[in-house]
Amino acid sequence: MQQVKLTLPMIPDMELTASKTACALGEQIGLSPDKIDEVQMAVVEACINAFEHSSAPDREVKILLQVLGSAGEPAGLQITISDHGVGFSSDKLPNDETEQPRGLPRKRGHGLKIITGLMDDVDIRSSQLGTTVVMRKMR
Amino acid sequence: MTETLQLTIDDQRDELAVIYTDGYINNQGGEEIARVAYELIGKGRKNLLLNLAGTKIVNSIGISILIEIIEKMLEIDGKLAFCSLTPTIEKTFHIMGLAQYAGIYADEETAIRELSP
Repeated sequence: MQQVKLTLPMIPDMELTASKTACALGEQIGLSPDKIDEVQMAVVEACINAFEHSSAPDREVKILLQVLGSAGEPAGLQITISDHGVGFSSDKLPNDETEQPRGLPRKRGHGLKIITGLMDDVDIRSSQLGTTVVMRKMR
Repeated sequence: MTETLQLTIDDQRDELAVIYTDGYINNQGGEEIARVAYELIGKGRKNLLLNLAGTKIVNSIGISILIEIIEKMLEIDGKLAFCSLTPTIEKTFHIMGLAQYAGIYADEETAIRELSP
């Protein structure tokens, strides 16, 4: 299985490094440009969530990008983004129905909604030892 | 696409100004768009069009700043609209509920026709 491992410091714009790596792997396995764009945006959001909310003492995010399927017939990309932060519980997440005055959407807290909306499959595991987001985009 | 957002402004119409973006719309990029938008509002522009042809990635912090600009436009009975979005950015705007409060147009010509008084 082809894979790339990255350890990124939590500094501004570092999410673009992960996003570019995902783009390169996506191109290599023949993902469509639109699907590659979706993967890039989801990776950016997952990294930013970790940067902003994890409070990880090591200030690092670990990213594992894996090509699913066989070498001759890649099926898609799986991306695992982990931090060693404080984690979160689902009941602390902002309510999707919460709106601001005038009916406008909430300004913040959309990261996970964007990730799940853009990727085919998303699994989020969070505890006091950290958070891991596993997301997949199939060809 | 550059990583640092670059903006170009076309402010030759009475009530409508067009802001062209080139690059990543993150928190700094969003703040720069807001700064330019509020300047244009101060000059009396009631409709703003953001042409995102040069932007491939917008993050949720950048979008939260765009929501603030939409709020400001609603306060002055103006409009913020977008054109030339990638399919992924358009999908993201729909996911975030932005599309309900801001027009999204396929191209600049159509947007200007719809927004012009």
